[in-house]
Amino acid sequence: MIRLNLVLLLVAVLSALAAVTAQHRARGLVIDLEKEEKTTQQLNEEWRQLQTEQSTYAMLPHIENVATRRLRMQVPVAGQVQMVDGPVRTVSRP
Amino acid sequence: MSPDRLPHLSLKLPVWRTRFVLVCLILGFTGLGVRAMYLQGMEHEDLQAEGAKRYARTLEMPAHRGMITDRHGEPLAVSTPVDSVGVSLWKFSITDAQRKQLAGLLGLDPAEVAKKLSPDQRGVVFLKRHLPPEQAARVMALDVPGIFLQREHRRYYPAGDVLSHVLGYTDIDEHGTEGIELAQDGQLAGRPGSRRVIKDLKGRVVEDVERVRAPRQGQDVALSIDLKLQYIAYRELKQAVTLHKAKAGSIVVLDSESGEILALANVPTFNPNNRAKYEPSRARNRALVDLFEPGSTLKPFTIAAALESGRYTPQTVIQTAGGALPLGNHVIRDVHAGGNMTVSEVLQRSSNVGTARMALSLPSHDLWTMLSSSGFGTVPRVGFPGEAGGRLRDPKSWKQIEQATMSYGHGISVSLMQLARAYTVFCGDGELMPLTLLKRTDPVAGVPVVSAKTALAMREMLQLVTQPGGTAPKAQVVGYRVAGKTGTAHKLVNGNYAPDRYASSFVGLAPASRPRLIVAVLIDEPSAGQHYGGQVAAPVASAVLAGALRVLSVPPDLPIPRTPLPSVVDAVGEEV
Repeated sequence: MIRLNLVLLLVAVLSALAAVTAQHRARGLVIDLEKEEKTTQQLNEEWRQLQTEQSTYAMLPHIENVATRRLRMQVPVAGQVQMVDGPVRTVSRP
Repeated sequence: MSPDRLPHLSLKLPVWRTRFVLVCLILGFTGLGVRAMYLQGMEHEDLQAEGAKRYARTLEMPAHRGMITDRHGEPLAVSTPVDSVGVSLWKFSITDAQRKQLAGLLGLDPAEVAKKLSPDQRGVVFLKRHLPPEQAARVMALDVPGIFLQREHRRYYPAGDVLSHVLGYTDIDEHGTEGIELAQDGQLAGRPGSRRVIKDLKGRVVEDVERVRAPRQGQDVALSIDLKLQYIAYRELKQAVTLHKAKAGSIVVLDSESGEILALANVPTFNPNNRAKYEPSRARNRALVDLFEPGSTLKPFTIAAALESGRYTPQTVIQTAGGALPLGNHVIRDVHAGGNMTVSEVLQRSSNVGTARMALSLPSHDLWTMLSSSGFGTVPRVGFPGEAGGRLRDPKSWKQIEQATMSYGHGISVSLMQLARAYTVFCGDGELMPLTLLKRTDPVAGVPVVSAKTALAMREMLQLVTQPGGTAPKAQVVGYRVAGKTGTAHKLVNGNYAPDRYASSFVGLAPASRPRLIVAVLIDEPSAGQHYGGQVAAPVASAVLAGALRVLSVPPDLPIPRTPLPSVVDAVGEEV
C-alpha cells in the first residue's frame, strides 16, 4: 500500500513538473509568435512604403521627363505608326 | 526544593485572566477564518480581477485604411507609417542643450517646448504628430527620458496634384473628409480590434487570453480612373489654362460604353501631400460641383428633339437668312450670319437663329422632356459628395424668349459632368448611361432617350463640326473621326451677361464610327485674346483624344497618310 502511494506521489510530482515545463515552453512559443507577428507588421509597412516609392518613381511626368530629355525619345506621329492585325487580339479594354 | 517553597514563584494568577486570553485568541482566529472565507468565497472575482491587472493587458490590434487605386491597380492613396512624439511627464527630465536640440529637430520654438513641458503638468503630452520615421528616429537618438514614439498612419497621394480633386483627403486621424475618401469611407476605413494578453516582467506577451474584438482591415477601392489618361488630360488642360490666361478649367473623359469616368481634372489644383498651403477655392472639384451656362454645347439636344418629333431631317432647310430673329424686345443673333441653312449646317456652324426656330416650333414640354431625360436638372450621382444638379425650369413657366434661348444653352445651368454624361445619348443607340467613379466589371444598361436612328444621325452631323466649315476643325485627330460641339457662352455676373467674360467649352466623341470616348472641356474666362470654344477648348480635347486613343489601342477609323518607316537595318546601324 505504501509502495503504491509512493509511486503515485512520484507520478503526481512528475506530471506537475511536466505541466510547468509545458507552460513555460508555451510562453516561449507565444513570445516567438509575437515577434514574428511584429515582423509581419513591419514588413507590411515596408511593403506599403516601397509601393508608394515605386509609384512615385513610376509617375508619368517623371517617366516622360526621362524619356524625352535623357533618352531623347518622342511620341511617333500618326503617320509613323503601323497598325498590325495579328491573329491574337491584343487590343483589349482596360 | 520545590518551587512551592519559594514565595516569589508561588504567585497564583486569577482564573479569569487565562480564560480572557483564551477567548481573545479564539475570537481572533474565528475572525481571521471568517474573513478568509469571505474573501475566498464571496469576493474572489473582484480580487482575481485585481490580480489580473498586475499582469494582464488589453492590447489594440491595428487596422490599416485601405488603398485607393486606379483601374489598373496603381496606388493613388496609401497609408504610410508616421511617428508622433509624445512625452510621459512623470518620467521626463531634460537638459537645456537637449531641449534646444529637440526643438530644432521638431521645428518648434524652444520656449514653446518649455511651456508645453512645464513640470507641474501630468500625464502625456504630444509634442508633434506625424513625423517621418527617419526624423522620429533622430528624436529618439537624443535619449531623453520620458520621450516615446507612437506609430500612426497618414495618407500619401503618389499622384500629387494630378488627381487631388477626385481623391479628396482625410483628417489627421485618417477619417475621410472630402472626395472619394469621404464617399467610400465605409469600405476604406479599418476597425482596430483588441485582445487581452498576459505580460511577463520584461513586458513580453506570454499568453493570448482572448480576442475581445477581431480587427477589420480596410478594403481597397478601385476607381474607374485610368492614371495614364488622367495625366494626359491634366497636362493638356493645364497647358491650355496657362496659354489662354484662364481663371480655371475642367476636363472630363468618359468611357461611353460603360459609363466609367476615366479622367477628371480641374485647374487650379492643390497638392494633397502638403496641407499647410490648403486653399478651399483650389480644392473644389469644379467639374462636378460648379454650374455654368453651357451655351451652344446644348444645341445638339434641341436638334435631337427636333429630329425625334419627325418634323425635321438633317436636310430640312431652316430660315436663318440675315442671322437675326426678333422676339419681343430681344433679337437673337448669329455670330456668323449667312443664308438659309439645313439642320446639319445649323449645327455645323452653330446657328442660334436656326436652333431657336426649331425649338419654337416644338411644344415646350417636348424640349423639356429631351433635356430632362438627358440628365439636365438632376444630380448625376457618380458617387462624389456635393455633386451639383443644375437648374432646368418647369416648362409651364417658360416664356417664348426663354424657350428660344434655352435651345442654345442659356437660362439653364449644368455641371461639366452632366454635359459629358448627356452626350452618351449620341454614342450608342440613344441611351443615357449611368456614370460612376468606381471601376465597373459588369456591363450596365442605359436609359433610352432617343431612337438609335436619331443617335446615328446626330453622330453624323456632329462630325461636320470638326470638318472644314465647322466651328471646331482644331478638334481633329489624325486617323480618327471626331464628332463634337463647341460652346462659347457669356458668363452671368450679377444677373447680367458680362460682355468680356466667357465660358468656352467643347464636348467631343471619338472614334465617331463607334464611339469609345467622350471628352468634355471647359475653359473658364480665357483672357489672352481667343475665347471661342473651337479655339480654346477644342485643341485640348483633340490632344487628349489623340493620347487616349493611342494608350487604349483603339484602331483608327480613318486612313492615315503613311510616312515610310526607317528600315530595321538602318536603325540598328545608327545605334552602333
